[in-house]
Amino acid sequence: MTNTLFINGKQVEYTNEKNLLEVIRKAGFQVPTLCYRPDLTQFGACRMCVVEIEYPNGRVVVNSSCTAPPEPNINVKTNTDRVRKIRKTVLELLLSNHDRECTTCDRSGTCELQKYAEEYGIKELRYAKKAPEDYLPLDTSNPSIVRDSNKCILCGACVRACSEYQGHSVLGFANRGSKTVVQPMAGKELKNVDCVLCGQCKTVCPTGALTIRNEINEVWDEINNPNKKVVVQVAPAVRVAIGEMFNIPAGENVIGKLYAAMRRIGFDLVFDTNFAADLTIMEEASEFLERVQKGENLPLFTSCCQAWVKYVETHHPDMIKNLSSCKSPQSMLSSVVKYVLPKTTEGYTDDNIVVVSVMPCSAKKAEIKRKQLTANGKFDTDYVLTTQEFGQMIKSAGLDLNNLEPEEADSPFGQYTGAATIFGASGGVAEAAARTAYYMVTGENIANNDIKELRGVDEKSYSKVVELDIKGTKVKIKVVSTLREAEKAIQEIKNGTADFQLLEVMACPGGCVNGGGQPISCNTPEKRQARAEGLYNEDLKDTQYRRSHENTDIKKLYDTYLEKPNSHKAHELLHTSYSDEFAGSYRDLK
Amino acid sequence: MVEKALNIDIKEEQKKAQAKLDEQGIRVLVCAGTGCVANGSLEVIEKFKELGVETGKLTAEDKVTIIPTGCHGFCEQGVLVCIPQLHTTYVKVKIDDVEEIVESHIKGGKVVERLLYVDPQTKQHVQSDEEINFYKKQTRTALVNCGNVDAESLDEAIAVQGYEALYNVLKTNDPDAVIQEILDSGLKGRGGAGFPTGLKWKFTAANKGGKSYVVCNGDEGDPGAFMDRSVMEGDPHKLLEGMAIAAFAIGADEGYIYVRAEYPLAIKRLRKAIQEAEERGYLGKNIMGTDFSFVLHIKEGAGAFVCGEESALIASIEGERGMPRPKPPFPANKGLFGRPTLINNVETLANVPAIMLKGAKWFASMGTESAKGTKTFALTGEVNNTGLIEVPMGTTLREIIFDIGGGIRGGKKFKAVQIGGPSGGCLTEEHLDVKMDYDSLAKAGAMVGSGGLVVMAEDTCIVEVARFFMNFTQNESCGKCVPCREGTKNMLKILQKIVNGQGEMEDLELLEELALAVKDGSLCGLGKTAPNPVLSTLKYFKDEYIAHIKDKKCPAGVCAALKTIKIEADLCKGCTKCARTCPVGAIEGTVKNPHTIDQSKCIKCGACLDSCPFKAIKEY
Repeated sequence: MTNTLFINGKQVEYTNEKNLLEVIRKAGFQVPTLCYRPDLTQFGACRMCVVEIEYPNGRVVVNSSCTAPPEPNINVKTNTDRVRKIRKTVLELLLSNHDRECTTCDRSGTCELQKYAEEYGIKELRYAKKAPEDYLPLDTSNPSIVRDSNKCILCGACVRACSEYQGHSVLGFANRGSKTVVQPMAGKELKNVDCVLCGQCKTVCPTGALTIRNEINEVWDEINNPNKKVVVQVAPAVRVAIGEMFNIPAGENVIGKLYAAMRRIGFDLVFDTNFAADLTIMEEASEFLERVQKGENLPLFTSCCQAWVKYVETHHPDMIKNLSSCKSPQSMLSSVVKYVLPKTTEGYTDDNIVVVSVMPCSAKKAEIKRKQLTANGKFDTDYVLTTQEFGQMIKSAGLDLNNLEPEEADSPFGQYTGAATIFGASGGVAEAAARTAYYMVTGENIANNDIKELRGVDEKSYSKVVELDIKGTKVKIKVVSTLREAEKAIQEIKNGTADFQLLEVMACPGGCVNGGGQPISCNTPEKRQARAEGLYNEDLKDTQYRRSHENTDIKKLYDTYLEKPNSHKAHELLHTSYSDEFAGSYRDLK
Repeated sequence: MVEKALNIDIKEEQKKAQAKLDEQGIRVLVCAGTGCVANGSLEVIEKFKELGVETGKLTAEDKVTIIPTGCHGFCEQGVLVCIPQLHTTYVKVKIDDVEEIVESHIKGGKVVERLLYVDPQTKQHVQSDEEINFYKKQTRTALVNCGNVDAESLDEAIAVQGYEALYNVLKTNDPDAVIQEILDSGLKGRGGAGFPTGLKWKFTAANKGGKSYVVCNGDEGDPGAFMDRSVMEGDPHKLLEGMAIAAFAIGADEGYIYVRAEYPLAIKRLRKAIQEAEERGYLGKNIMGTDFSFVLHIKEGAGAFVCGEESALIASIEGERGMPRPKPPFPANKGLFGRPTLINNVETLANVPAIMLKGAKWFASMGTESAKGTKTFALTGEVNNTGLIEVPMGTTLREIIFDIGGGIRGGKKFKAVQIGGPSGGCLTEEHLDVKMDYDSLAKAGAMVGSGGLVVMAEDTCIVEVARFFMNFTQNESCGKCVPCREGTKNMLKILQKIVNGQGEMEDLELLEELALAVKDGSLCGLGKTAPNPVLSTLKYFKDEYIAHIKDKKCPAGVCAALKTIKIEADLCKGCTKCARTCPVGAIEGTVKNPHTIDQSKCIKCGACLDSCPFKAIKEY
């Protein structure tokens, strides 16, 4: 039903907006927010979005617009002296108690507190400044996530993200009054709690209180070392998001420019993780069909997402057998690179190859330290840079993506199909696997490549199911994002109500497009949607190659080195094992 | 509505209960409220028992029974021993007095004069409650049974019409009529905000159909307030009955009483009361044989002040951190576990049975136009008769402080009264004739709140009072919203600066600006009211702030940092005693020569003042 209300004198229609703030923003007015995140519970803590509401009975109240419901015929004023005073006081109070070392802060330029301080003209802080004894130590213990309480404004977004996305309350509030802090359970360090490193806490953090460990300088050192051959790979979801750091709209695929930037920066070879995504499909589809044939260890769990893998290892070690033994695409490519290049390419030896991967993910930084992902005593992947770090690296090299001409990736690990690209969105892995599994069973290509029921990255699509008919054989696929949904799926399996054979899980809501390593977007569904659309558009671009088994370089790789999917050699290079050794913590990770 | 068939007759039950009481003979009521327990009432009770004061043991003809009760209210005079059949109330009873009471009065019929209350004005001994000024001016409704019944006995509750209102309500079987009665009575929430209780019931009842809850807010946290505690400890069945009536009216079958864990006696007595009421069919499944069921749970709070805020309280019952949630949605629509929830304060619910029994008209006949009925106040501070009182709404401050409270202690001059605890405001002499009701107090810048009354005399520093309350709210802020968490912290810092003698005039402007922003911008009632003590003292005692800042003087002589202690050279004999007493070595001088105080070292503890035999040291 449509109703109307008034905003700053303008009559505005509304229907089912969940709060007044949404109505205000839709109507083209801006109200500042620090704690509001559209797909998390409304918290009402920062008080920045306060507005004056006059009810038809004449009562005037000041309330947070993020928590107030729209009501017919109310008169909302968004910018009165009264509410501006509250906002300015809030900003002044927050800044007084803030570590204002903006220049060295990871969020300088993307910090919401900084932005509003500027917009509201806060030039002087009249309240007592944070005293040296009030500073709390930095928590750098976690392999991916760095926590700085001195920059925390206690908006609670991370607490809500952890609990509402992942069902996982690693972070929580402690203490009372001005001693209130957000901290890992019982004041432990972040390495000693059950964090899956998804980084969603960072994606919703308005300030620099939660950031991803930065390893740019280590990578520069490798590049500048003449004795090293530095190879780089880039994951599907990066190409549709990194442009945002260069004012390119979310969803625009800049992969060609990215390859070019990588060469300018000085990487010796530029590969695409998409190649390995196709490879993953060959292995995983075969593995799936084999399990279906034998009726063993079903449903098969996808294993691309490290946060999910750790979750299974930690919380459901009895279900480790359900995890696909396939390495993640990142790790597949790294091990293939380190195996193949010394055999084929002049100057590349077992000792001098360094593999750097550019990932939308914070958990990948921990994945590469798994002891199962080593060969000859060395880690398969040497460094993981997040999308955000790599964007910074491009800038520090004096480059601008806008001014670069697109280039191609290097052979033999640069070719990919549309099926690989869609890995970056929740449902993509399952869709790609379905296309190839259909072919493997029937010898024919699936009639319709677009399995639309598996798509969608908004809150309504965190869980979706589709049934495929592979010439009479019915296969049910369940796709979930967020571990909260994953846990529900696991409970279905445990209580015997699960009727699906394949379970794709991505820990981040909407999949890797919304990963913990992506550029700051404060996690809006719109941005996620745009990035995912960018991937699906890429899939449509080249109608010849939309199925992983059509990747000719993959065929060559099997012919030359791996025989066929799931062969002994393929297992050696492309598959891995799991254990619950990191259960509860990353204590032992160096 | 069809009348419901009940499986008991409450009048019969009353007769049975009364018969049991009659068997007790002379009832000696010893207050076992918290104040009296602290003064040794448990020992007094033991002593009575030791002397054979148990049913049928003391004298051949008269049976005497000793009964530990809830709070009598007159805590100042504890331990209170009340013998209604002998029309006598003994005050300040010590363990050594017990034998005399027994021998002289109970056995010998001769009143122990020295243990009677002495009226401070007439200097006369007063024998019974009714003649004591403290009680004379009160009208007790919620507290009517407190101190007069054995709180741990269901029979006693029934004998004084306990559960009769519930009986009538169930028999009549018309929930809407109950709500109408409460609406008509004009009862407003006694926990602080003063929202019309009947409306709250109506809103919650509008969501009838699925699961609903009744929650009793017993998280009494205002410093000095203990009316809810007294009801829970002294008359738990009244609360249970009130809740059951509310549950029937709004269609709930489950309820919680949220009590702070610091009230172990209240928890113990409530548990016992619930158990006994359930066993005898006054609570639990199929109450009094009807199809109405109401199961009650007790939830112990962990001591966070903010959990007295209803949405934080609900979060706490749910097992979450006690942090307020934004409203709307209001509990009436989406409360405990997401279900419609009626949440009322203890005193509010304790008024319900009497309203249902005596009628809305009777209740509305007390009080003022806008505030009906009676209200309890916890009278503390520099007043002669501290304690718990209940008066009709609209009673003036003057009546409370000077008639009931017996005036200011030690003959000092009245300065101010803090009403409504840390959320309330500070009122002055000019407000003594303000009627105590929601509107009048709000207009004066204070609030009824839970009913805390802290009386202050001339030697109280108002800035220090504001600092004290701000320190309290800052420590008790849940830390969720910025204005309350950071704002109270900075208000406290400014106040601290002023009492330390480092204040500047600009601080006053900043303090006021900040206080207004916190009041206007905070998420919940705690933050919205936390600036009240600051704002009201700034309004009525600005001169005192200015004296601290400009003259660097504390007019009340309280703020240590603004004191100067000096040795008068012509009076000092050089005995060195002060120098040896000084804990920080701030006093210098040689024998037989005048000493001096190094002001930079002096901590103004005053030890030297007391040590000087020649009165040569003075405080300025």
